[in-house]
Amino acid sequence: MRENHPSTNSEDDHRSSLLDLARAEITESSNSKSRTCGGFPGPGSGSGPSEPQAPFPDQVLENVLENVLHFLSSRRDRNAASLVCRSWYRAEALTRSELFIGNCYALSPTRVTARFTRVNSVTVKGKPRFADFDLMPPNWGAHFAPWASALAQAYPWLEKLHLKRMIVTDADLALVADSFSGFRELILVCCDGFGTPGLAAVAGKCRLLRVLELVESVVEAEDDEEVDWISCFPESQTNMESLVFDCVECPINFQALESLVARSPRLKKLRLNGFVSMAQLYRLLHRAPQLTHLGTGSFSATEAGAVVDQEPDYAAAFEACKSLVCLSGFREIWADYLPAIYPVCANLTSLNLSYAHVNADQLKSVIRHCHKLQIFWVLDSIRDEGLQAVAATCKDLRELRVFPVDAREGTDGPVSEVGFEAISQGCRKLESILFFCQRMTNAAVVAMSKNCPDLVVFRLCIIGRYRPDPVTQEPMDEGFGAIVMNCKKLTRLAVSGLLTDRAFEYIGRYGKLVRTLSVAFAGDTDTGLKYVLEGCPNLQKLEIRDSPFGDGALRSGLHHYYNMRFLWMSTCKLTRQACQEVAQALPNMVLEVINVNSEENAGDVEILYMYRSLDGPRDDAPRIVTILH
Amino acid sequence: MTYACSHKHNNIIIEEDTTKGGSYSHKEKHFQRGETKTVHLFPFYIYSAAKLRQFIDKPKMATMMAKEHGLNLKETELCLGLPGGGGGGGGGGGGGASEQVETPRATGKRGFSETVDLKLNLQAKEDLNDNLKNVSKEKTLLKDPAKPPAKAQVVGWPPVRSYRKNMMAPKASTEDVAEKTTSSTASAAFVKVSMDGAPYLRKVDLTMYKSYKDLSDALAKMFSSFTMGNYGAQGMIDFMNESKLMDLLNSSEYVPTYEDKDGDWMLVGDVPWEMFVESCKRLRIMKGSEAIGLAPRAMEKCKSRS
Repeated sequence: MRENHPSTNSEDDHRSSLLDLARAEITESSNSKSRTCGGFPGPGSGSGPSEPQAPFPDQVLENVLENVLHFLSSRRDRNAASLVCRSWYRAEALTRSELFIGNCYALSPTRVTARFTRVNSVTVKGKPRFADFDLMPPNWGAHFAPWASALAQAYPWLEKLHLKRMIVTDADLALVADSFSGFRELILVCCDGFGTPGLAAVAGKCRLLRVLELVESVVEAEDDEEVDWISCFPESQTNMESLVFDCVECPINFQALESLVARSPRLKKLRLNGFVSMAQLYRLLHRAPQLTHLGTGSFSATEAGAVVDQEPDYAAAFEACKSLVCLSGFREIWADYLPAIYPVCANLTSLNLSYAHVNADQLKSVIRHCHKLQIFWVLDSIRDEGLQAVAATCKDLRELRVFPVDAREGTDGPVSEVGFEAISQGCRKLESILFFCQRMTNAAVVAMSKNCPDLVVFRLCIIGRYRPDPVTQEPMDEGFGAIVMNCKKLTRLAVSGLLTDRAFEYIGRYGKLVRTLSVAFAGDTDTGLKYVLEGCPNLQKLEIRDSPFGDGALRSGLHHYYNMRFLWMSTCKLTRQACQEVAQALPNMVLEVINVNSEENAGDVEILYMYRSLDGPRDDAPRIVTILH
Repeated sequence: MTYACSHKHNNIIIEEDTTKGGSYSHKEKHFQRGETKTVHLFPFYIYSAAKLRQFIDKPKMATMMAKEHGLNLKETELCLGLPGGGGGGGGGGGGGASEQVETPRATGKRGFSETVDLKLNLQAKEDLNDNLKNVSKEKTLLKDPAKPPAKAQVVGWPPVRSYRKNMMAPKASTEDVAEKTTSSTASAAFVKVSMDGAPYLRKVDLTMYKSYKDLSDALAKMFSSFTMGNYGAQGMIDFMNESKLMDLLNSSEYVPTYEDKDGDWMLVGDVPWEMFVESCKRLRIMKGSEAIGLAPRAMEKCKSRS
């Protein structure tokens, strides 16, 4: 969990960005009216033109504009402003400091650095979400390396880098560490390709580092390459505010960590990995009672075979952390230690127990104190009974995620429509839900649609595929229909269970704000997908697997694909022929056909991954990927 | 030759222990699927009826046969009896062994003139439950013959990140994960160790040791005044030698005791090692003279019989 507020799907590239970049061509080529931006001390010339100031009647207005634009932070607003006229376009480009690239292949790094010259924060996202579930070949792409070198050259003053689902190597991290002397913030989410050497480079060379967050990234140790990166931080007081490394699967030098924490007075967020024991956590809490966000590490006595001294008063250590609002970790939880967190429960707004096997009773002992809880992630080991306890106490709950302990398809699971409905009754302010279960009824889903009208994110995963409502034996169409009908703010939807085209008709008719839609093992005919493509004008990300949608459906979205971040369709009924037609009809679309299991030129398409691009198809695709144009 | 039974108490209440969260599920850790565990009743070990009942898999009761053991134990009386009704029904969710009571509360003694060779044939519960799941899955499929047949394992479904699945994998191996006991990962068994007079507490992971000797050595290292002088070569109290035992218990030597799952304090060494690991909740090293209160009531029985 990254933030202390509900995670909504807020990335959307406005359609205008395509047009405004095209306009950039025009602007750059006609240099008739170029002038400097007056009055700003620029951190280097970048690639902007420098010409003698020409006296224009609206010079004052220009200065005002640029001053005002500085205050525009939302990229949507900035995209809109950049379309007004050429001077606004240029002014906006010079004043944009935060860059967001939703798809690393939508454009080349050089295009970015040419347009925006004074960027100090860059976010880049790579692979589509379904790559997390092993649906994409591992060497597919999304390498950070070309971006690293381009950014290193263009923005030596870069302070923040935020990457998601990219392949980042140790060399890339070393380049980052070497190139940006004022570097402050590195956040890697769902990335892989790097190890402790890369972390050591960043820790050692980025003396001004404030934030180092590794979230659900794969960091494994190869024995001969393992480096004690914690020891690489500067020996004097550090500026560290956030250190998150709960996904790092290597032991760390605890002494060095304790010393680091002791000399980091501004540290507010600390998330430890499973190699930190309860006793060690205790010591760290004493060093850093000012923490607001804590990942507890193993939450057990992990020294195998070793003996531990007399139990310290863990509860007192937690109690001393008066500012703690967010707790996570519990990677190897020893439930006897749970009472240690009781003193902080009353202040918690966010609690992540999703790596902890706790049963209903254990959960109750904790949750009954958590009146302020807004974000709660948990395993279904708490059962419906546990969910009822949550519903009874957490009246302010905004985000709930219930993960399965046993992800196999079965008939009975520990959570069901009973707990689900209880949540909807008790937590009326719910905005985001992700719920894995083995059974669900339409009635419960309808109830939630009515009880929780503020829902923005609704993701229900009935693990058994094609499961109808167990009570009525009907498809789940009505339940999901009620969600799109009644939850007027809904932007993200994931469907499951037995679904006919009717469900998609509902989505197309009522889901006007839906931006992200995930579909699996659902639908009957092309008509279903057509409803969605024709009915949802805000659709940005559409990911579909194992559903009977074919060429006709694909063609029905031609009017909309340029507005989207991507379309993913795997194991559907697409033919290569139809994809070829689309590629020809839409020149700025890149259609990647990936056939993992069949031959390269097979007629059927296993995976279609389609996205817009300003700079044509990429050149780093592996053999398994065929790019149609 | 007679031997004594470790006394517990006469009220052995055996019932489904749901409050402790399936505390008997531990035992499955120690037995591989299909492995047969034979528990022989040697005179060096003292069993209590309750203890052994924990390890009898109810469904297998019917297969247990009373056999004569190699040792001449025909005349021994054993505080163990099979429930009168024979094999039990389903072993019970989290527990398995002694939840179902088909006979009235057991008294300490049963009339059972022959020894019992207990074959513990613990079939993994997963097999049974998998069968159930396959049946129900087929039912679902029949409802919708138009849908493609479900494969056993679908790539990337359900959409749980591999990262998270890997975290869960070791723990999802038993069926009753939801009732999993509180205090363990799959492998560790941490217990507190205290010694009378010592100002500190220690904690050990019993699964790190293979025998009583290993444990004794470790304890000796931790608590330097705890010596094993009076212990036999196997590092445990020789229960059989009554006089030695009484000497020990009358002395100021320290003896290790433990609290078992039922909350009773016992002398360490009275049950086989694996059984001890499973049932021990905490250890306490106390003076022999204090431990005499824990000495098996059977000691009296020993006396009374000889």
